[in-house]
Order: sequence, then C-alpha cells, then structure tokens
Amino acid sequence: MIATMHHLTSTFKSLLLPFLAIFTALVLGALIIALTGKDWLAAYIGLWEGCCGSPSALINTLVRSTPFIISGLAVALSFQAGLFNVGAEGQLYVGALAAIVVGCGLQGLPNFVHVPLTLLAGGFGGLLWGAIPGFLKAQVGSHEVITTIMLNYIALRLTEWLIKSKNPYILGDPFDSSGERTRSVAQSALLPHFFKTDLHAGIILAGILVLLVYWLLYHTTIGFELRTVGKNPHAARYAGMNVPQTITLALALSGALAGLAGTSEVLGHGGVLEADFFAGLGFDSIAIALLARSNPLAVVASGLLWGALLTGARLMQVRAELSADLIKIVQALILLFVAADQIIRQLYRLRETKTSEKTAFSQGWGN
Amino acid sequence: MKEQPTPFVLEARQITKHFPNGVVANAGLALQLRPGEFLALLGENGAGKSTLMNILYGLYQPDSGEILLNGQPVQLPNSQAAIAAGIGMVHQHFHLVPGMTVTENVILGAEVKHGLFFLDYKRATHQVMALAQQYGLEIDPAALVADLPVGAQQRVELLKVLYRQAKILILDEPTAVLTPQETKDLFRMLQNLKKQGTAIIFITHKLQEALQSADRIVVLRSGKVVGEVLPSETTEKELATLMVGRDVLLRIEKSSAKPGETVLDVRELQVFDDRQHLAIRQLALEVRAGEILGLAGVEGNGQTELVAALTGLRAIAGGSILLGGKEVAGASPRQISSLGVAHIPEDRQKVGLVLDYPLTDNTVLDLYFQKPFANGISRNKQAIEAHTQRLITDFDVRTPNMKVSARMLSGGNQQKLIIAREFTREIKLLIASQPTRGVDVGAIEFIHQQIIQKRAEGVAILLISAELDEILALADRIAVLFRGKIVATFEAAKVDREELGLLMAGGKNLH
Repeated sequence: MIATMHHLTSTFKSLLLPFLAIFTALVLGALIIALTGKDWLAAYIGLWEGCCGSPSALINTLVRSTPFIISGLAVALSFQAGLFNVGAEGQLYVGALAAIVVGCGLQGLPNFVHVPLTLLAGGFGGLLWGAIPGFLKAQVGSHEVITTIMLNYIALRLTEWLIKSKNPYILGDPFDSSGERTRSVAQSALLPHFFKTDLHAGIILAGILVLLVYWLLYHTTIGFELRTVGKNPHAARYAGMNVPQTITLALALSGALAGLAGTSEVLGHGGVLEADFFAGLGFDSIAIALLARSNPLAVVASGLLWGALLTGARLMQVRAELSADLIKIVQALILLFVAADQIIRQLYRLRETKTSEKTAFSQGWGN
Repeated sequence: MKEQPTPFVLEARQITKHFPNGVVANAGLALQLRPGEFLALLGENGAGKSTLMNILYGLYQPDSGEILLNGQPVQLPNSQAAIAAGIGMVHQHFHLVPGMTVTENVILGAEVKHGLFFLDYKRATHQVMALAQQYGLEIDPAALVADLPVGAQQRVELLKVLYRQAKILILDEPTAVLTPQETKDLFRMLQNLKKQGTAIIFITHKLQEALQSADRIVVLRSGKVVGEVLPSETTEKELATLMVGRDVLLRIEKSSAKPGETVLDVRELQVFDDRQHLAIRQLALEVRAGEILGLAGVEGNGQTELVAALTGLRAIAGGSILLGGKEVAGASPRQISSLGVAHIPEDRQKVGLVLDYPLTDNTVLDLYFQKPFANGISRNKQAIEAHTQRLITDFDVRTPNMKVSARMLSGGNQQKLIIAREFTREIKLLIASQPTRGVDVGAIEFIHQQIIQKRAEGVAILLISAELDEILALADRIAVLFRGKIVATFEAAKVDREELGLLMAGGKNLH
C-alpha cells in the first residue's frame, strides 16, 4: 500500500518537471510575442485550435507526431543504454533510401506483402547505419557522438548523390524536371490511409513500436543487459554481460527504429524521398527523448506535443500575423528547461530529487 | 565586556534530521567539542554520523536544533559559510582534481592572485610549503595529485582545509583507505594539529583507532548519542556493545581447516595494469577446498589486477590459471562464474551493484538470464521477487522493501546483498576482495560468519584484505603479496604479526 503511494507520488514528481518546463516555455513565448507587439492570446488560441480544435486539426497533429514518436523512441533507447545517438537524422535517410529501393524495385506484390517488406528494408537500413558507430565504439572505443555526427553527413550526401545523379539515374526520377526527388515507390508499398484523410498506418506502427520497446527494455533479458550497461558498465562486465556486444546491439536497434521512422514517413506521404525531406527530424527526436526522460511510454506524450506545436503553428501564424518559427523558440525553451532543470527547480522552489530520477543519458558519455 | 566564555568551540543542540524517504538520521542529537580536543565519533553505518557531520559542515540543514560556535548560535546554509566559520571537512572520498598539482589543488577556490586575473603560482607554492612544514605534512607541492599514493592525497585534502584556516577539523572515516603505515602517519599529523590548537572530530567505526588516539569517544546509534566515554575507562568489547546495541563477537570462532583437493592453482601468472606495467609477476598460488588463503599486502601491490585476472575481467599476459584442473585463462567472466566461482568485488558501489536498480534486479545481476528468472528472453518477475525476498530474509538485509534502489541501503547492507547473491548458488571458489571494507561491526561479524560457513561447506576461499586483523582472524594460510609477487606463505597459526608487517612493507629480513 505504502509502496503504491510512493510509486504514485514519484510518478507525479517525474511528470511535474517536464510539465513546468513546458508551461514556463509557453509563458516566455507569450512574452516574446507581446514584446513584438502582437496579440499573444490570439496567437495561443490559434495554436490550440490549429492542433486540437477540430477533427482535422487532430488528425494533422497525429500525422505530424508519428515520425517524432518513432524517432524519439530510437534516441530514448540509446539513452537507456548510456549511449548518445546523435545519428538519428542519418539513420532516417538511410532507412528511407533502403525503403525506396525495395519499394520501387519490387513490383506486382500484394499490399500486405510489399508494405512489410519495405518496412523491413527501411528498418534494416537504419540498423546498419546505427550498427557502424556501435561496432566502432565497442571495438575501438571511438565515441558515438562523433561517429554518428559524421555518419549523418555521409548519409545526407549519399542521399543527394543517389537522387541527383543523372548519368546514370540511380534513384532520381527521370521524369521530374526539378531533379530533386526519387522515383515513387509502387502503389502496393504505400501505407494505407484512414477515413480518406492524411492519417496513415504509421501511427499504428508507432504504437506497436512503443509497446515493443517498452516490453524489450523492462521485461526481457536483452533490455536488462541494455539498461545495466547504461547505468553501470563496470557492474555489467562483473555480472558477465558482454558489454561491447550490448553497445553494438543498442545502437543498431536505435538505428533500426530511426530507419523505420523514416520509412513510415516516406510510405505515408506518397512514397517519394527528397534530399531535405526530414529537415532536422533526427535532431528534434533528441529533444523528444530528453523531454520523455528516455521513457518509451513518455515518448508518446512528448512526440505528440512536438507534433501539436508544429501543427498549431500554422494557424497561430495566420491569427496573430506571426512567423511560424516562433514555435521553434518555444520548443527550444522547453528543451532548455528540461536539460537545465535546475532553472525550473529554482523558479518553482522544487526540492532536489535523487540521482535515480535523472535521465540515464548523462552517464554514458564523456568517458 | 565579554559574555561568560563557554568551554566549547562547537556545540550542537537537539539536532533532528528526517529524510524524505522516512529515514530519521538524527533524533535530538547533542554534541560538544572542546578547544584542542580530539573527539572520536563512533557508530555503525546508518547511525547518523555522516549526517551530523554534513549538518555541521553546512551541507544539510537540520529540521530542528541549533549549532553554536564559541557559544554563539550560527547558521550554516552551505559549506562556504562553514569554511568561513573555521570548520573544515575531509571526506572519505577525496575531492581532488587528479590532473592538477598539489599546490593547484590546495588553492583551488581560494587562489592567490596577481591583480585580477593572474595566478601567483610562486607565492602559492611558498604558502603551501610553509603550511606543510608548520604541521609536519610531508608533500611535494609540484607533484601531480594523480601520481600520489592515497595517503599523500589525503594530506593534500588536509592541506586544503588548513589553507582555509580551519580551527575545527572534521574527518569522515579517514583511515578506511589507508595502509597501516599511512594510518600511523595520519595520527601523528593529527596530534601535531591538535597541539597547535585545532579541534578534531574523527568519524570511525574502528574501535582500536578510537581507543588509541581520541581524548573522548562519543557513540551514536539510530541517530542518538548512546554513550560518551573516555578511552582510559572503556574496552573494545564495551564500545562494540554500545555501538551495536547487543553483545558482539569480536573474535570469530572457527574449527581447524580440513583442506581437500586443490581448487585454484595459479602458475607463473603475469598481468599488466592499466598503464601496461607488470602488476603481477610470476605469481604462483594454490587454494584448496575447505581452506581460506588470506592474501595480505599493502594496497596497490597487484591485488586488484590479480582478482580481475582470476575472474576473467582482465586479460593475462602469461602463465596459467587452473580451476579444478581446468585452464580458465582467457575465459569470459560468465564462463568462469558458471564454473562455480563467486566474486565479492572490492568496490561494491562501482562494480558489485547497480545503485540505481531496485534490490530485485541487483539480486539477479549475474543469473538474470537463467531459469527460473527468465524464460527465453522474457524475465519472470515473480521468480525474481521471490528470490529477492528469500535473500533479504536469509541474509538479514535491512531494507524498507525490495523495490528501493540499492543506493538507499547502508554500506553494510549493500555488502550483505552482494554476499547473499554470491553465496546462494553452488560455488567451489570464493574470491572475496576487501569483504568488510567500510562495513560496521555488526555486519563484519555476520560477513565473517558467512565466510567461515562457506569454508565448512568445502568451498575454497581466497581472501584479499588490507586489514591485517581480518586476515589473521579468518585465514588458515597467509600469503604476502608485495609488488606483484608472493614473497612468503605462512601457516596462520605460526605467523608473527611483526614479521608479516615487515614483509608487507617490503622488508626482506626473513631468515
């Protein structure tokens, strides 16, 4: 009984901080709007109506949030293993490229075969791109932050080349005069849409992946190894766990999730990839994982928040004649307050929590 | 006109401190310190010693009660205020920057400057040297802290405190990390400080030390002062009883060993340390079933590397390790552990436990993948909880419940948890590294009994300890490790303590 109470209060406490961070960021956002001489109230009403005010707004939010949830999950998984995967961006592209290859290359398959195959290819592409820094870290100790950043550049330039090469055309679309996009995947590889709207099956995939990662982390021996390596690699080695193998696996799985996020995004939006398609999604997912404190279930909430803010920004822009980029300032402030939570603690006179409540990510890097 | 002078430099009145998790660390504590007094604060882990000291040093705020300095009530909202008030503290775990020199470490935060921005390193060095001379602390101000032995690092901590002109010195278990020689040196220096007027509070759970060096001994239990005695008027036994609250066996009873076949046979072992120097050279040793081989030696003579090599945590550079006649050099930690080797690591917090994990996960840290704790890759929560509950009961681990993180347990209970985990599977060889370091008297008794029990069951035991007393109390045979080599082996019954001490220090006047 007492244990349950304790559990409840600690859940409440762990929710309090992100909530206050969001609240404070919104207040500061309002202040900035007011300072530029605009109507902050109208802006925020627009923001709310734009993301949640109507069924179509809600659907837009869900569609927008889907890649954030899956990709945030990818980064959260790496944090759990004490690793900082900054390479989700690159893994998104490589996953999407692999999906394009399989989506275009195979023809005449039924939908229920082609979609899973394409997803698998996308996951595998990301897995490969995540396994490289994992393997390097495990074998020669090169820091994953450096290697994943470098692999981001490689992935981006690789994508550009594959799309823009005209002699011969590799993945580029010969019939597209701009030369900015790939051929589209076969109709059979596209994700099904619901209610004749933009809402596609990616959101279901996101739900399944969240549950799967949660189960993996907290109910399997693999997840136990992953978390142990993240929390205390010395103890993991002492307990007989294979630390290098676990590190490689963690980054590979993280990459696979990011690859799936990229694939679902491509297959849910017409099956075409452009060189700037993801535009920083992989970096936003770091913020999402941080906001969720690496908890796979909380990633759903923070992913939805991210999607909602970006979706609502359009109406906010119209209502208050603001730049939609203002919402990026709010997002940045949220991240700032979550990362530097001392500010929030000071501001609201919150007590210092125990170290166990801190995110796991801060332990594994810098050594 | 001055007020009536008080006889105390420092006084704590009715200090009470609760922690959010319900632990009452201090319950109406009172403590007085006279000028130039050497006060030993004795108590088990969790008795509230460290909490009280952290309150006196401004790191914690008491829920109620007051602190008086020279008779005047003071507020100590943080450690800066305590330092300004002339209180200095040397923590058990040092707070030094290894990559900086002694001088740099000492002046850190109170730098000697040329104008606004420039360090006056020369003057700082002179100040540090003068200070060291004044108090008889031998140190090279230009040496890098990383290169210094533990005892010298502690001197740097002392210098830091003295540099800030502390008149009251708090030492939290200062001898826990020291060799016998270093301990002796430390007490000599502390006596020096005392002569020059510094009042000292000395936290320890080593009865001998309190008896030998303190002017007065205050015993804490469950957050209260349970006794205040003069060393000349008490005994070790009485102190132990006060501390634990019941009679304690200070000397373990054991029957004579009945050694069986050889379980561990190490030959010509060579192991490198992290800096690629040979830490173990041509080492040979043998442990037989049902006997305890005590490995005596000053820390840093290769113990860590030897244990790591035996347990598969460190690659060996040569030689062989035979376990029950089978070569295990090059085997993984899991392979070695599955052959029936249990390992109590020297650093329980860094290696033996995952402090952020609940007790449940910690009790299956090594066997989590086996039945019944897992079915395939799916973990079995019920089986794990049942196992944890059994271990907590059987090994008397004091904890509110099994869901709290291992961090919340006291040092002694953390160690009991590790021992519970390592002892509840079938084992042939036990490698126990510093099994009672930083553990209170009550837990030491329990741990020693458990080790003796394993010996009676026919387990071969390699005991590595920096405590000569522990080796002498438990071991059947004693091997002395010096600079990576076994320099002598004795039957424990025939050993001469002086000779052992000499050999540990590298003296070679063996007939």
